[in-house]
Amino acid sequence: MGPLLRGVVRLALRAAAVGGIVGVVSFLLMRALPGDAAYRIAAGRYGYDMVNSAAAEAVRQELGLDRPWWVQLGAWMADLLQGRLGRSLVTGDAVLAELAHQWGHTLLLALAAWALALAMGLAGGSLVALARKAWLDRAMGSLGLALKATPTFVVGLVLAIVLAEWAQWLPAAGHGGPEHLVLPGLALALGLAAGLGLVTLHSMRQVLASPSVAFAQTKGLPPTAVMCRHVLRNAAVPVVAYAGTQLVLLMEGVVVVESFFAWPGVGHALIHALVARDIPMVQGTALCMGWLFVLLNSAVDGLCWLLDPRLQHQEAP
Amino acid sequence: MKSTLSPFPSTRPRRQVLAILLCAASAAPGWAAPPDSKTLNIVGPWEVHSLEPSRNGYIFTRLQVAETLVTVDNQGALVPGLASGWEVSANQLSWRFTLRPGARFHDGTAVTAADTVAALERARKNPGVLANVPLQKISADKDVVVFALSRPFTPLPAFLVNYSTQILAPSAYGADGNVKAVVGTGPYKVTLAQPPQKVETARFDGWAGSKPAIEKVAYLAVGRGETRNLMATSGQADVVFTHDPANFDRLRANKTLTLQTQPIPRTVYIKVNAAHPALKDVATRRAMSLALDRVGMASAILHEPKAAATQLFPASMAEWHVPGLQPLTRDLSQARALLASAGWIPGPDGILRRDGKPFKVTLRTYADRPELPVLAAAIQAQLREVGIDMAVAIANSSEIPAGHKDGTLELALVARNYSLVPDPVGTLLEDFGPSGGDWGAMGWASASLRDAISALSSTYDGQRRSRQRGAIATVIQADLPVIPVAWYQHSATSHRRMANVSFDPLEISYRITQMQWTR
Repeated sequence: MGPLLRGVVRLALRAAAVGGIVGVVSFLLMRALPGDAAYRIAAGRYGYDMVNSAAAEAVRQELGLDRPWWVQLGAWMADLLQGRLGRSLVTGDAVLAELAHQWGHTLLLALAAWALALAMGLAGGSLVALARKAWLDRAMGSLGLALKATPTFVVGLVLAIVLAEWAQWLPAAGHGGPEHLVLPGLALALGLAAGLGLVTLHSMRQVLASPSVAFAQTKGLPPTAVMCRHVLRNAAVPVVAYAGTQLVLLMEGVVVVESFFAWPGVGHALIHALVARDIPMVQGTALCMGWLFVLLNSAVDGLCWLLDPRLQHQEAP
Repeated sequence: MKSTLSPFPSTRPRRQVLAILLCAASAAPGWAAPPDSKTLNIVGPWEVHSLEPSRNGYIFTRLQVAETLVTVDNQGALVPGLASGWEVSANQLSWRFTLRPGARFHDGTAVTAADTVAALERARKNPGVLANVPLQKISADKDVVVFALSRPFTPLPAFLVNYSTQILAPSAYGADGNVKAVVGTGPYKVTLAQPPQKVETARFDGWAGSKPAIEKVAYLAVGRGETRNLMATSGQADVVFTHDPANFDRLRANKTLTLQTQPIPRTVYIKVNAAHPALKDVATRRAMSLALDRVGMASAILHEPKAAATQLFPASMAEWHVPGLQPLTRDLSQARALLASAGWIPGPDGILRRDGKPFKVTLRTYADRPELPVLAAAIQAQLREVGIDMAVAIANSSEIPAGHKDGTLELALVARNYSLVPDPVGTLLEDFGPSGGDWGAMGWASASLRDAISALSSTYDGQRRSRQRGAIATVIQADLPVIPVAWYQHSATSHRRMANVSFDPLEISYRITQMQWTR
């Protein structure tokens, strides 16, 4: 079996395992929560002014919530095997259709933030490493730590106050145009860029101090050739691995940033679905997040494998 | 080598440089509402999860997309909506609502009585206010919709103002019977519905009434209060509903905004389980009421001293508010005396005890209305002063009706809406029925209150109605099955771009058709 085929098979197995585990675990966790789901769903549907026992009973009858749990889980699994994710208990729409709308927004926001963070972090980290100034190192370290330690919510609030309220350059919230992407994207990117910048700085510094670079310089290679052939590729391996793990953090941040900037994404929907006990919605969202992680982890592994010839001598990821 | 570049002209006044920079900034791809923009941007906390009238239908009546048979004018009086008028038979069992001649749905089709009956029958099957109407049959008679009742029910027209009774076109429903598009009859039609956050509308050319000045409207649901604030202060939104009282001062200081706060028919009260051993005697409930510092809470938490409740109905509900009623006030010594008379004796830890059991209760509340948890914490501290150990549980709003049903609820802090139907009888019928109500009385019933509510539902005699309304407020004030805390204040800001902005205390319409641009 070729390394590529092996990689694909492994990816499919991981995806199936994650799908089964995430679906069942999120279903069981939601069932284990205290409180009567029929009331929660009724509150989600009709609002706090109109939720009452009559509405809850109507919901229970309509959705068959008094069926045994294994029947409900079985129905969801049967749906999943046929490529369906069921219907939202609150809105009545197909979960797949709702997720398609929300994932579009979330992926756009996450990718924009990630790209922005990569650009800022890589450029900042490399430039500081190449400058070889102790004070610049320290300044970058402090700034990075401060940004990393500030909750995304605070970063978002400060950005909105400065850029939307004072300067009135950007809309404070909403979605629809590219201008709406800037504030939430930046709020997510700053924290990530700080981490990436620090990792890039350390990695570059290590590689620059390594004997291989010293040897390349000694044998008379011009600085750009040293940079391209010996520094960048070596320094990239830990950075790529780190950037991959940051996607997990990014997903966490998305939940907060989306509700602050009124961005109609998955994080926003997940909070509502959890509050309203919308089990198919929670399962569907968790499933998509799980699969996205599998996909991204495999992509990062693959990239590291391509970058690092030592790994290629072992085996395919 | 000597530089050939001329140095930066230091003589150029700093102000000029700043002006250039500012111009550059404003020329940058800014969103800042261009003057020719004809879209009114409305921001509110309510998400649009569903197009179904019984669920988020209020969004579409507020945006003046969907109409109900009856509506209200700026003074809150019932006026024709999709029905041009109505009459009731002598025996009060048959009501006839005549449809507005020439009314058209947004798909261009004429509104028929049969379509209207179909929409109302649908509303009857879904949870909503019609469940409390003694309806026997709804039928169509040419251009008239006929309601046959099993007993006289004077507030019927008020019930037909509720959003769940909005009339949509047959083309609004999909094959499965669900609403796929809100095809209404109002002055605005939906151009984009993007649940859960966005709805856009445009003027409906087939509207027979006068042409509204606002051409396009965009509604955005923004759940977080701080974000809504920023959207108002940054000028991004034209009209923003529901601000956190903590921000009132900042909003008032903003020269581009007008902040309006006004009382609405919504009362924050403590729902009491009167069947609970510790709470069953009136003396204890009155003592709890006397321990509350309502003015303090209204000033510090709601930023409006006038919001302190002195009885169940606010002064703005003129017909229901009883001016002569002894107001609910704070009096700690009287509270302690009442508690002692009810057999409560302070223990060594300061907590009251009766029959060896400490006075420990739990109050449930919910965070959908952000003031409620803060008020709950204040109530907790105030009750502790007279020796009551009250825990606060912040949960989902549905935990209150659920706790009512299974009997586990002890106390609940709720904000009760008396304008779901613009006649409070609608809410009272639900709250003070024979077995109490999910959001109202629990373990408490009063024959005189029930009689007063049912008399109100069957008489038109002004004096008799007024007496019954007075009786309702008086009985509740004496027995305290619910302990009023505060009268809710509605808050909204409008940008100075807008003129003729007024807010509907009944929250039925945004009154967009009355608004105008100032420039």
